[in-house]
Amino acid sequence: MSEGRKVRAIVSAASRPGLPRHVKLRHDAARGSWTILAPERVFTPDAIAVAVLKLCDATRTVEDIAQELSGTYNAPPDRIRADITAMLQELADKGVVQV
Amino acid sequence: MSVEAAVSAQSAACLKAPVGLLAELTHRCPLQCPYCSNPLALEGVAGELSTEAWLDVLAQAAELGVLQLHLSGGEPTVRRDLEDIVAQAAKVGLYSNLITAAVLLTRERLERLAAHGLDHVQISLQDTQAANADRIAHYQNGHARKLEAAGWVRALGLPLTLNAPIHRQNISSLAQFIDLAERLGAQRLEVAHVQYYGWALRNRAALMPTREQVLRSAELVARARARLKGILVIDFVVPDYYARRPKPCMGGWGRGIINITPSGKVLPCHAAETLPGLAFDNVRDRPLRDIWLGSQAFQKYRGTDWMREPCRSCEFREQDWGGCRCQAFAFTGAADLADPACNKSSFHNAFADVARQEAASEAPAFVFRSPRAAAR
Repeated sequence: MSEGRKVRAIVSAASRPGLPRHVKLRHDAARGSWTILAPERVFTPDAIAVAVLKLCDATRTVEDIAQELSGTYNAPPDRIRADITAMLQELADKGVVQV
Repeated sequence: MSVEAAVSAQSAACLKAPVGLLAELTHRCPLQCPYCSNPLALEGVAGELSTEAWLDVLAQAAELGVLQLHLSGGEPTVRRDLEDIVAQAAKVGLYSNLITAAVLLTRERLERLAAHGLDHVQISLQDTQAANADRIAHYQNGHARKLEAAGWVRALGLPLTLNAPIHRQNISSLAQFIDLAERLGAQRLEVAHVQYYGWALRNRAALMPTREQVLRSAELVARARARLKGILVIDFVVPDYYARRPKPCMGGWGRGIINITPSGKVLPCHAAETLPGLAFDNVRDRPLRDIWLGSQAFQKYRGTDWMREPCRSCEFREQDWGGCRCQAFAFTGAADLADPACNKSSFHNAFADVARQEAASEAPAFVFRSPRAAAR
C-alpha cells in the first residue's frame, strides 16, 4: 500500500492553492466573524487571511494572489508573496489548503 | 502576517455561543468495547428522540451558534434516519462529523450519506492486529470490516480520521496505528489514551498503562508528528492519572460543548449524569438556547464562582477550569474540589498511586459494555 502514501505539499509562487472539499470558509452570523471549518477544527482567520483564502480558487497562482493583494493593501508584491507563501504553507500543513 | 496571528483557535473568540454539539443518537452498538464513554446505565431504543425532534434540535443548534455537529452514540448508523439528520445538518449549516465503529456501514450507505452532505468520517480501531482488535471490541471480524469501510471513505473523497483509543492492551501497537493511518490516506489520527469514565472507569485496572508506556507513547507521537508534517495530523490525548496539571475538561464546563443524550437530555459533558445534584433539561421540554444559557446543570460549574481552594486562587483557573468535575467527584467524593489529576489537589498522590498499582498488577478480565453487564 506504500504507493498511496502522501507527500508534504510545498507552496511556491506557482502553486494554485484551493480549499479541499471538506474545508469550509464560512461567515458565522452568530459571532459576526469568518470561520474555517475542518475535521475537528474551527479556526478564526483574521481579515488578511480571509482576503487570501477567498482568492484560493485552485485557479489563481500564489503569484496572482500576491499581485491582486498588493493593490488592495498598497504593499510591494515581493513582500506580500513572501508573507502569503508562509501563511499558505502553514495552512497546507494543517490540511486547510491544498496545492 | 504569521498564521499564528492570523488563524487562532476558536475557543478564545467565543464566550457565549457553543461551538460543538455532540449528538448521541443512540446507545445501541454492535461493539462492546470495555472503555466505552457511554454511561453504565444505557438508554434503550424506546426512549430515543424521534427524527423530527433531532431535526428541530439541529436547527436550534445552528441558530444558537453551533458550528460542528458530532454524530455519535452508541453506533449512530443503527439509526435508519441518519441520512435525514445529515441532510438537515447540511441545510442549517452545521459541519457534520460521523463518529462510527463502521462495522454496519455499506458502501451504498456511505455514498448516500455523502450525497446528503456528510463532511467527515471518524472510524475507531481497537488495535492494528485483527485478532486483538476483535477481542477488545468483543465482535467477530469487526476489524476487517472497519478497514474496508475506511477504504470506501477515501474512495468517495471524504476526509477520514482514525481514532485509536489507547490502553495497556494495545499500546504496543502505537507505531502500527500511525503507519496504518498513513497507508489508509487518513487526514487525521487521534491517539486517544482512554479517559477513565463510564465503562472505562469500571475497567480501569484492565486498561491502565504504566507511566513509562505513556511517556514512550508521547515520544513516539512527537517523532511521528515531525516526520509526517503536512501529511497526517496527529492529535494526542494523554491519560491524566500521570499528569501534573488537569485537562481543561470539555474546554471548561458549559463553555463550548453541548452533549445531547439519545433521549434528549442536555448535558455539559457525556459523563455529567454521574454527578449528584444536577437537574438536566430535555430538548422535548425546553428550547436549546434556554437550556444553554440558563439550565441549572450548565450554570452549576460554569466559570469560576463555584470553585473552592486550591482552584479559587490558582493562576491556572481560567486555563484548566479546575479540570474535570466528574473525575473530582468520582475520586474525592466532592464535585467542587480540584480534579485529582492536579498536583495541587490533596488527593493527587493517591490518584497517581492507583494508576501505578493497577498498571503493575495483572490485568483483570474485561467487563464488556452491554445492558446486562451494567446491572451487575
